[in-house]
Amino acid sequence: MDKTFIEKILARYAGLKEVVPSQIVTVRPDHLLTHDNTAAIIQKIKPELDKYGIYSKSLSIIALDHVIPASSEKTATNHKIIREFVKKYNIENFFDVGVGICHQLVIEKGLALPGKLILGSDSHTCSYGAIGAFSSGIDRTEAASLILTGETWLKVPNSIKINLNSNLKKGVYSKDVILHIIGDISASGANYCSVEFHGDISQFSLDDRFTIANMGVEMGAKNAVFFVDDITKKYLSSIGISENSYFPIYPDNDAYYSKELNYDLSDIIPLVASPHTVDNVKPVTELVDVDIHQYLIGTCTNGRLSDLRIAANILKGKKIKQNVRLLVLPASKDILQKALKEGIIETLVNSGAVILPPGCGPCLGAHQGVLAPGEKCLSTANRNFKGRMGCKDAEIYLASPATVAVSSLYGKITDPREVTL
Amino acid sequence: MKVWKFGDNIDTDMLFPGKYVYTCSTADEIKPHLLEDLDPSFAKNVKKGDILIAGKNFGCGSSREQPVIGLKAVGIEAVIAESFARIFYRSSINQGLILIECPEAVKAYSKNSEIKVDIENGKINIGNNVFSFPKLPKEIIAIREAGGLLNYTRLKLKNK
Repeated sequence: MDKTFIEKILARYAGLKEVVPSQIVTVRPDHLLTHDNTAAIIQKIKPELDKYGIYSKSLSIIALDHVIPASSEKTATNHKIIREFVKKYNIENFFDVGVGICHQLVIEKGLALPGKLILGSDSHTCSYGAIGAFSSGIDRTEAASLILTGETWLKVPNSIKINLNSNLKKGVYSKDVILHIIGDISASGANYCSVEFHGDISQFSLDDRFTIANMGVEMGAKNAVFFVDDITKKYLSSIGISENSYFPIYPDNDAYYSKELNYDLSDIIPLVASPHTVDNVKPVTELVDVDIHQYLIGTCTNGRLSDLRIAANILKGKKIKQNVRLLVLPASKDILQKALKEGIIETLVNSGAVILPPGCGPCLGAHQGVLAPGEKCLSTANRNFKGRMGCKDAEIYLASPATVAVSSLYGKITDPREVTL
Repeated sequence: MKVWKFGDNIDTDMLFPGKYVYTCSTADEIKPHLLEDLDPSFAKNVKKGDILIAGKNFGCGSSREQPVIGLKAVGIEAVIAESFARIFYRSSINQGLILIECPEAVKAYSKNSEIKVDIENGKINIGNNVFSFPKLPKEIIAIREAGGLLNYTRLKLKNK
């Protein structure tokens, strides 16, 4: 019988000939991602770690990114606990403060490869579908259990096929595509499902695919995946990974999908997710003139070089509106260095941007750009929940880097096609 | 026993604000901030045996186990919702918090309805109506019976 991506990869990792939806299987992931939350995770299992040790020093990928540099004695102590753990157990893949956002690093350092299985104690672990891997979020307790045993259970989900047909118009980006889909099927429209992207995919760079897969969880998906093609291969080769070191998985032609959705990409216009749910998506044209106080370009959704380049092209030689703030967070040190070389950072700083260290910044409301009551933020991040950026009486709007950059020039939500066309 | 009723898409920031995520991880640290931005009276007034009823996609958003640990620690008997978000659901299995997906029961419940939950037999009584919910797979029941995932893992390690 023909199989979907998820049915094939979970069969591979369960060591079974085939699996069917709803079946529960035991798997050993290639990697387990944890970040600043590693401190809380290892504290849960201190006696067990002392007694049994860790399952494998190559399993964990640990990146300090959520609250970096430390904002308080408490977060500094967490970082210290993590560094001591890494040293004690010789954890192979550890990235200290300033190297980048965990999800960016998993891709950039070649730790997520096509056909691999990765779990992480962060909901945006689903990002690595961009490269053809299966990856999904779990909680801290499960991460603790994995550190000790290296295995866990997964339920085989149903699959949804999303066909992305035709080409995007100018001024419209991958962020608009994923906002369009979430607005259409709702924040729970893909709950528990494996989402596959098919159709005219070759127009999407790896960065574009990353943005789309990253937001899979915002429609409830277990994972969201693009299939390996020349773009994937070229990217992997650019980071020194040869084709014979990975084993892609492709779905069969007649696999069963619980839902099939078709989108004509040429119909999509720039979109904005309005407060306080990601599926509250509106055309930018309906929101023009909403005054915005803070602009954020970055995060695991849109902090890549191509995103910063789009912003710099728009802001070159211009100044952001008086009395607004533009915060820019490159997703990694590597991106920051490339952006410095290209003159992107200089352009952004000249326009009035504040450059924050590579990390999650204010996205989760812990530091570096928390909002005040009554303030509004237009952000390239992935969540606009009430209170998300540290204040329950503030509002967050989500859009593409182009929409955010253009809007920062006017101090209000602005259609990027007015400038980029 | 009190029933706390909420709507759709109750997200992890409403259940437990992100600003506390790296400073609160034990039940005692979590409890005062539970549902802080959703209903500030919750943490003060919730009692053991209370029930939560919600709409679609309860627990959507981050991988954040603090609300699960908190709801379990204050003694919530069960969360009944039209649907749950995946990581929240999985986390509840790990912590032993009872989640019941039963859209019919959510729709039938109105303020002051009498409600009784029979977890063993998979039934919810609301007034004179009885709603059934399916049993969990045996793999999941094994985790619950061990007292949560960490206890389950400890047993596994001991028997290795």
